[in-house]
Amino acid sequence: MTQAATTGYQDPIENTSTGLSSRKLMMWAFLASDVMFFGTFIATYLVYRGKSLVGPYPSEILDIPVTSVSTFVLLMSSLAMVLALHYLKNGEKNKATLWILAVVVLGTVFMGFQVVEFRLFAQEGLTPRTNLFGTTFFILTGIHGAHVTIGVIWMAFLAYGSHKGTLRSDNSMDLEIAGLYWHFVDIVWIVIFTVIYLISAADGPPPGAETILH
Amino acid sequence: MTTKSLTFPRLFPRPKADTGIWSWIGTVDHKRIGTLYGITAFIWFIVGGIEALLLRVQLARPENDFLDPEAFNQLFTMHGTTMVFLVVMPLSAAFFNWLIPLQIGARDVAFPRLNAFSFWVFLLGSLLLNVSWITGDAPNGGWFGYAPNSSTTFNPGIGMTYWVVGLNILGVASIAAGLNFIVTILNMRAPGMTMFKLPIFTWMTLITSVLIVLAMPVLAVAGIQLLSDRVYGTYFFDSLGGGDPVLWQNIFWLFGHPEVYILILPAMGIVSEVLPTFARKPLFGYPFVVFAGAAIAFMGWFVWAHHMFTVGLGPAANSAFAISTMLIAVPTGVKIFNWLGTLWRGNIRLNTPMLFSISFIAMFTIGGLSGVMHASPPTDAQQQDTYFVVAHFHYVLVGGALLGIFSGIYFWWPKFTGWFLNEKLGLTNWALMLIGFNFTFGPMHWLGMDGMPRRIYTYAEDMGWETSNLFSTIGSMLLGLGILVFIINVFYSKMNKKMASADPWDGRTLEWSVPSPPPPHDFDEIPQVKYRDDFWFKKHPETIAQYYHDEHDDQDQAVPSGAQFDGDDEAVAVPAVAENKSNGHGHGGIHLPDMSYYPFVLSVGITIFGAGFLTNTYVIAAGVPFFLWGLLGWSMEPVNDPE
Repeated sequence: MTQAATTGYQDPIENTSTGLSSRKLMMWAFLASDVMFFGTFIATYLVYRGKSLVGPYPSEILDIPVTSVSTFVLLMSSLAMVLALHYLKNGEKNKATLWILAVVVLGTVFMGFQVVEFRLFAQEGLTPRTNLFGTTFFILTGIHGAHVTIGVIWMAFLAYGSHKGTLRSDNSMDLEIAGLYWHFVDIVWIVIFTVIYLISAADGPPPGAETILH
Repeated sequence: MTTKSLTFPRLFPRPKADTGIWSWIGTVDHKRIGTLYGITAFIWFIVGGIEALLLRVQLARPENDFLDPEAFNQLFTMHGTTMVFLVVMPLSAAFFNWLIPLQIGARDVAFPRLNAFSFWVFLLGSLLLNVSWITGDAPNGGWFGYAPNSSTTFNPGIGMTYWVVGLNILGVASIAAGLNFIVTILNMRAPGMTMFKLPIFTWMTLITSVLIVLAMPVLAVAGIQLLSDRVYGTYFFDSLGGGDPVLWQNIFWLFGHPEVYILILPAMGIVSEVLPTFARKPLFGYPFVVFAGAAIAFMGWFVWAHHMFTVGLGPAANSAFAISTMLIAVPTGVKIFNWLGTLWRGNIRLNTPMLFSISFIAMFTIGGLSGVMHASPPTDAQQQDTYFVVAHFHYVLVGGALLGIFSGIYFWWPKFTGWFLNEKLGLTNWALMLIGFNFTFGPMHWLGMDGMPRRIYTYAEDMGWETSNLFSTIGSMLLGLGILVFIINVFYSKMNKKMASADPWDGRTLEWSVPSPPPPHDFDEIPQVKYRDDFWFKKHPETIAQYYHDEHDDQDQAVPSGAQFDGDDEAVAVPAVAENKSNGHGHGGIHLPDMSYYPFVLSVGITIFGAGFLTNTYVIAAGVPFFLWGLLGWSMEPVNDPE
């Protein structure tokens, strides 16, 4: 703590009782909140896994190799994020801008994969209104996609700021906080990929599903 | 510091006014926002109270036709929803806003604009929820919105859509406020104020905020799922598509049980401030109160299925949740003994806030004990959905949360306004409320044991329920009269002002060290804190030896006897002088955050967006410009404009 804490208002945001930036602490608290948000959707998915009464079932529609590629793309965006922060803190403006842009591009590519996947599924007859798999799949991945989209827009602003010189090593906290969010969204995807794509990939019709309907 | 930053073009100049409507729309002052919360929540309290009185009039005699069944359903749904989300939570938020910066020695919360945003979202969300009355189709599925009764199949009107959209918007407000107070309490403490020197109300606020931040997203998910079922025809809770209505109950109560601790913990914090002040003793067993609060918050996550004992979860689940529910009574009981221990041999002053607090202990204990009764699944099977449960939760929510809040209102009113509430009217207010409350909800225990179900709009003459119901209705009128006396008290006291000093009660915590009402910047100098209840010991240094023994000669190393000292003597040597007090403008040169209208704009965007789910996609689109304007303007607006 410095004298700033007793004089100005803004100063306590960075000079705090815990020594942590208030904005950073806020992001951590928000992420805890978001864990509960995603956790409840994931729990819903797991509760309803294998309970769809009609197809298409996961085994008939999920394409693991393609989604593995998009997963790889998203994971690489986290690497780009780390490099961007590193260069920003080092004051290497152009490299920082480039790597932030890489995050934007990789995030956009991931979203592209998701849009294509959603359209393909719809063509093959899986919508949120088809069965429980559709209901839980589209909401969970859709909410995640919304998080990625928000992140991409945020990163785009930061890339512009870095290019213009308003985001520099002395306020790199702006990027660090966005990075926390970005890595979190990335980690959530690892869970979603595991739960939906890897674990459920072989799920077919539940025993007796057809007899219930016919 | 002059640095380049991105800017966003302003449509309006940044508000600067100290008075008038713009001074309120643009305000970021935690005290003004607290006042806004308090007034708004009190208006909803009157609305929710009138809803309750209408219900009681209908039930006063058998076969009554004062209300039709549909109106009855709408009224009990909106009564519950209003009292939980629009009254007790925001009234607590009013206290958080007013008191937290003052108690921890800060000049505002960590994120003042976010704080304003929380209020505006709360206000607009609560209005949207109540617009449903105008459509004639208010929510009617209970405050818990059980599936499948809340589905479009069984509930085709738009009422439950209003409910779910309203709650999701209110959830945004709650989460934003919760995040803000977590960061404020952890990060903005005055020099020397370590965590175990925090005032106990601040501790309860921190615990409540953590619960809010973790529990509200769960409700948000339930809401999104129900909304998606209702608007887009998905199958989350639709058994025709394989969905399971019990999942709604699981998710709702996973939120719902932490929620009841969100409602009660702030009141416990208030009582834990009032009792020591008027017993003129430190809170007995401070660390126990803190840890009991944390234990309640933690265990609160493992008890939700006690709301579902009759669903048929099976003996294993029922036993597990029965045990956890009985266990959670332990930390709650610990607190009751702490309060009694605080009063023991205290030099007690009985005035209105103290009487409310003592009544809180008694009434909350009754409510807590009936709660332990239905922790047992076989007992609960008899009590489920009867008036016994209604009696139980009104004893904890009215006898607990509300009496605690009223205690806080009378206690801190002189700090908020600079004048006292009239003591005679206060005592009348207290007596009427306490008597009316017991007359209203006491007989409901009998009614429940006698088998009267909840949520029935009328009952047959020969059931033997007339007398108790009549008593209950008369009691509710007395309770209403008590609230009326409070309102009269406010206006009477305003007209016959009895001015209060900065420290009218011989208070213990830092808020009493600043003038009443506090100046906009709260503290001329940020205080240095050495002891728990530091302000008390500064006023009464002779009592220090009674509670603390100095293990070293060095005064700075004073360690409370018997209590832990976390060794964190951070920043003890901070110069407590506002250095640039004499230069610069306003408030003695202390820089306060500038006002901003963007939080309001953003909350308008979110509300219009939410209203779109009730109407059509064009309305959703209409919310987007406000949303972007608010968000971008806010994010590029510096806290303080360069001079």
